[in-house]
Amino acid sequence: MSSEFPAPDEPTTAMPASPVERPKSTGLHVGDAKPGVAKIDPIIVVDGVRRTFGGLTAVDVEHLEIPRGVITALIGPNGAGKTTLFNLLTGFDKPNEGSWTFDGTSISGVPAYKVARMGQVRTFQLTKALGLLTVVENMKLGAKGQRGERFWSSLIPAAWRKQDDEIEERAMKLLAKFKLDAKSNDFAASLSGGQRKLLEMARALMSQPKLVMLDEPMAGVNPALTQSLLDHILDLKDEGMTVLFVEHDMHMVRHIADWVVVMAEGRVVAEGDPYSVMQDPAVIDAYLGAHQELDLGVVTGRYAPEGAEAAPDAEVQEKLLAAGIAELEEEEK
Amino acid sequence: MDWLQIFSNSLSSILSPATIGYALAALGLAVHFGYAGLLNMGIAGFMAIGAYGYAISSLSFGFPWWLAILVGLGASAIFALILGVPTLRLRGDYLAIVTIAAAEVVRLLFLTTAFDEYTGSADGLSGYQGSFRDANPIPDGIYGFGPWMYTANEWWVRIMGLVTLAIAVLVVWMLMRSPWGRVLKGIREDEDAVRALGKNAFAYKMQALVLGGVLAAAGGIVYALDRAASPGVYVTSLTFFVWTALLLGGAATVFGPLLGSLIFWVLQTFLSNFLPALVQAGVLPFMSQIQAGTLRFILVGVALMLLVIFMPQGILGNKKELTFVK
Ligand SMILES: Nc1ncnc2c1ncn2[C@@H]1O[C@H](COP(=O)(O)OP(=O)(O)O)[C@@H](O)[C@H]1O
Ligand SMILES: [Mg+2]
Repeated sequence: MSSEFPAPDEPTTAMPASPVERPKSTGLHVGDAKPGVAKIDPIIVVDGVRRTFGGLTAVDVEHLEIPRGVITALIGPNGAGKTTLFNLLTGFDKPNEGSWTFDGTSISGVPAYKVARMGQVRTFQLTKALGLLTVVENMKLGAKGQRGERFWSSLIPAAWRKQDDEIEERAMKLLAKFKLDAKSNDFAASLSGGQRKLLEMARALMSQPKLVMLDEPMAGVNPALTQSLLDHILDLKDEGMTVLFVEHDMHMVRHIADWVVVMAEGRVVAEGDPYSVMQDPAVIDAYLGAHQELDLGVVTGRYAPEGAEAAPDAEVQEKLLAAGIAELEEEEK
Repeated sequence: MDWLQIFSNSLSSILSPATIGYALAALGLAVHFGYAGLLNMGIAGFMAIGAYGYAISSLSFGFPWWLAILVGLGASAIFALILGVPTLRLRGDYLAIVTIAAAEVVRLLFLTTAFDEYTGSADGLSGYQGSFRDANPIPDGIYGFGPWMYTANEWWVRIMGLVTLAIAVLVVWMLMRSPWGRVLKGIREDEDAVRALGKNAFAYKMQALVLGGVLAAAGGIVYALDRAASPGVYVTSLTFFVWTALLLGGAATVFGPLLGSLIFWVLQTFLSNFLPALVQAGVLPFMSQIQAGTLRFILVGVALMLLVIFMPQGILGNKKELTFVK
């Protein structure tokens, strides 16, 4: 976990309270909130997806449904397989086996650009600002269905000029919202790390997606900006979009997520609304609480912790065993 | 030393088919490398295919000049497609290796005696100018002024070359300021980011490879139009010369390749006249006139290295960009 983040036991400095606390969506699932629980209205349904790198199983998800129209947080320690799952779902990587659907359509094996066109866009953990394009050019690249992007019609400015102007207008509005409008004609390479995160998110929104997948959107964003970034994410939900985001900071997760999926060592180990997931003793003790800095492997007692203080207690171990983590491979990552 | 002759020759090269041919090829390379980020090290292969496509269809099939030119351009487009399908999924440096090899394969195919009947193997092809010259509307005679005194046929080649170049520049200029060019530049910066935004990066790279390849073939044709197609021309050093011209002018610019080719050839001509003259005047006692003639190629190599180290954006490139070169 990166050092920019406040320690979990000082929540007041970490999270300036949101001006208006927005209501959470509830009643998303059918039956008990356990890993793989069915959702009333899922936008993504994952079945038996497994991805291995050599001997390492990075992702092994039996069943997972992401609810539509709400904000879902995907959490889990480093190396849990969150980014790999993102890569698989967006067509940037291919699984060893498994299938998944987006909006009722099977998109396993569909190339990344087609997935994006269907309305499922993502950002990257390692930000991908297009450095030698200006900020506004970055934004305009995000818009879908541009006539001027086809080879022959690009040679006839009359065919795309008007559309391009409209796109630019939309881009400038979004940039203003993300407080990047003053930078619109600068190279993206001149932005700070946090500004690039903002730009990448704004650029993704230019495509007017149905589902936005954000991989660690807050990483490197300064605390003053985090609140507005959180508000942006909440706005997306208000505008009818579905958000799936990866985040390490539990206060942020608690603050904006309607649903939380916990991954560890490739598997989904817990699911639920933020309050109950965080009260799930296994999750609290094992991951969110005292042992936050530790790998789940330490907590499960598979290998020795570095500090004596963090020694696993038997009760936690039992609960985690119950949660199915015991099946994890013996092999150390 | 005959300064007048040296300068006259140097200035004359501004309008030479070689300069125009290089400018077209460098413009194609600008599309490949400057805009799409494709590290094509086989530009000589595209030029060879253009020139030979033109020469073979004129000589072996008796096509009229304009049809022969279309064959040359079409052949290079097909070459680009064949090259692109397996290689455009590769990372940039692998593309460089594959293209350099592909260009050599092309050259060796033209060089081998197996197809001597069509390619003339080591002798190359010549004497295919008939149809093109017949179409020349300029009456016989010598025209021009100063260093630029040319025959009707020489003017005809230059005019057609310049018209082609003007059209090519206009097309590339329009493309690169369109949304299509924006996608291409995005791919140059980060292909995955562009794919994540719903663009078929492979298709764009293929379009760029074909467009640049056709421009390079046009350059090859202009270069060979009034001379001969010889396998000794399309060697790897031709690729490096075109790269030098491109980097000199500015890789991600439309007019850079023109300016670069111009400077390249004026300097080349100047040195190829000046250095032997120095030897003759006894200034370079340690080398022969022929050695002095080859010295200029060494100077070109050194210039390319200095250029990349100290001025990677080229003469017309945006200085601001340099701040962000990794
Ligand atoms: N391309 C790859 N090659 C080999 N191993 C990989 C690759 N990508 C991810 N991994 C491994 O897969 C596991 C999951 O990684 P990742 O999905 O990035 O985790 P997270 O995003 O949850 O931190 C890690 O152990 C990582 O080392
Ligand atoms: Mg990750």
